[in-house]
Amino acid sequence: MIEVKDLHKSFGETHILKGVSTAFEKGKTSLVIGQSGSGKTVFLKCLLGLFQPEKGTIAYDGKIYSELSDDQKRDLRAEMGMVFQGSALFDSMTIAENVMFPLRMFTKQSKSEMQDRVDFVLKRVNLEDAHNKMPSEASGGMQKRVAIARAIVNHPKYLFCDEPNSGLDPKTAIVIDNLIQEITDEYNITTIINSHDMNSVMEIGEKIVFLKDGHKAWEGSNKTIFKTDNEAVTNFVYSSELFKKVRQMYIEERQ
Amino acid sequence: MTYLHNIGTYFLMIKEMFRKPTKWSVMKTLIFKDIDDLIMGSLGIVAFISFFVGGVVTIQTALNIDNPLIPKYLVGFATRQSVILEFAPTFISIIMAGKVGSFITSSIGTMRVTEQIDALEVMGINTINYLVFPKFVAMMLYPFVISIAMFLGILGGMAACIYGGFSTLEDYITGVQMDFNTFHITYAFVKTIVFAFLLATIPSFYGYYMKGGALEVGKASTTSFVWTSVMIILLNYLLTQLMLS
Repeated sequence: MIEVKDLHKSFGETHILKGVSTAFEKGKTSLVIGQSGSGKTVFLKCLLGLFQPEKGTIAYDGKIYSELSDDQKRDLRAEMGMVFQGSALFDSMTIAENVMFPLRMFTKQSKSEMQDRVDFVLKRVNLEDAHNKMPSEASGGMQKRVAIARAIVNHPKYLFCDEPNSGLDPKTAIVIDNLIQEITDEYNITTIINSHDMNSVMEIGEKIVFLKDGHKAWEGSNKTIFKTDNEAVTNFVYSSELFKKVRQMYIEERQ
Repeated sequence: MTYLHNIGTYFLMIKEMFRKPTKWSVMKTLIFKDIDDLIMGSLGIVAFISFFVGGVVTIQTALNIDNPLIPKYLVGFATRQSVILEFAPTFISIIMAGKVGSFITSSIGTMRVTEQIDALEVMGINTINYLVFPKFVAMMLYPFVISIAMFLGILGGMAACIYGGFSTLEDYITGVQMDFNTFHITYAFVKTIVFAFLLATIPSFYGYYMKGGALEVGKASTTSFVWTSVMIILLNYLLTQLMLS
């Protein structure tokens, strides 16, 4: 479980996060949504320890990040998996080497044990034939799946995904969303996804935090988001013509 | 203020480079890869330039000695001194600032732009040690490159001297061997080690701390070349003043 209390982050004069408080439960897929510039990525990077917040605390299963020693922070980070927006695969390594990298860095496993684990996770993300390909030879969807495989290979307790289906076609995006959801359930990990994709919200949003201008404007789930009267949320959710029509149909059906 | 900030950040990066070392089995692979990219990959261009510039130094020296009282072997002597003292350590280092320096800046800069450095940091890896230290170790083999440059520079001078008809082989060799001072080699290699350190760290600094996208990677490579060259020239002057005067 990750608990965030009164998180503030600024860059110079620009105040990005203005006191965000929330909690993300273990074994659930949580979504942080909001418009571009609402502070989602900064929020995620604060959770990852890449940015130091000026105020507020982040607790990982009770351990407050800012109170940990450098070694404890390092150990904690080894328990995190991250899927970056652009996949962030190491382009000098093959796909198998990319996935094996966390094992080489943080475990004392033999080469054959590491190879077995890599085979297993690549099979899990349906990439059993892609071992020797370079990242540049893989499609966007494949790269995302490799990034997921790399993120889960060392049994993380926390999985973070920054817009995992951006730039993907709707069908592949759903495959990626479902894969993340299945992995979260399978390994009972705390998963947090940054997204502004409403399909993801509908598919996997067990918990949703809506950010607006650095504030938490709303919190709920994919079951409650379409029923809320919160103006900021409805403006965001029904910004597309498709969802406006869906809402109109829903209202007409109720009448 | 920006300059002071950059200088401070550069020295903090140097300190960080030696902290929290990366696992040896991984580091070993990185070092060998960087030796291949930075040292072995530079041998061809260094050999080519050294040979021909050595020849040019010889031709120009020979053409400027028109007094019949000056002995012919002076051509070999002048070539040796120019190549060992300045051409091989300094001139080749400026070329390497362009070749190796821009390679280092653009490769680290691209990793920054594509969030690969963030990915390493999330894993709890000391990214400066992981990225810069192998380059620093690889560049400690730079004196090997400069030795080859010295040898080929003198060899190129010899070829130009004989085939251009400026002096005989015996005269050239006599000149090369004349008044040989071993301290000049020490001086050249001290400079080489200092320049190797600059060549590994200044481009890494500009790559690591760059902000922006692909365009900024190009700009960072140019800036890194300029500052590496400036620092090589300044330290060349300082070391020469300290060691030879």
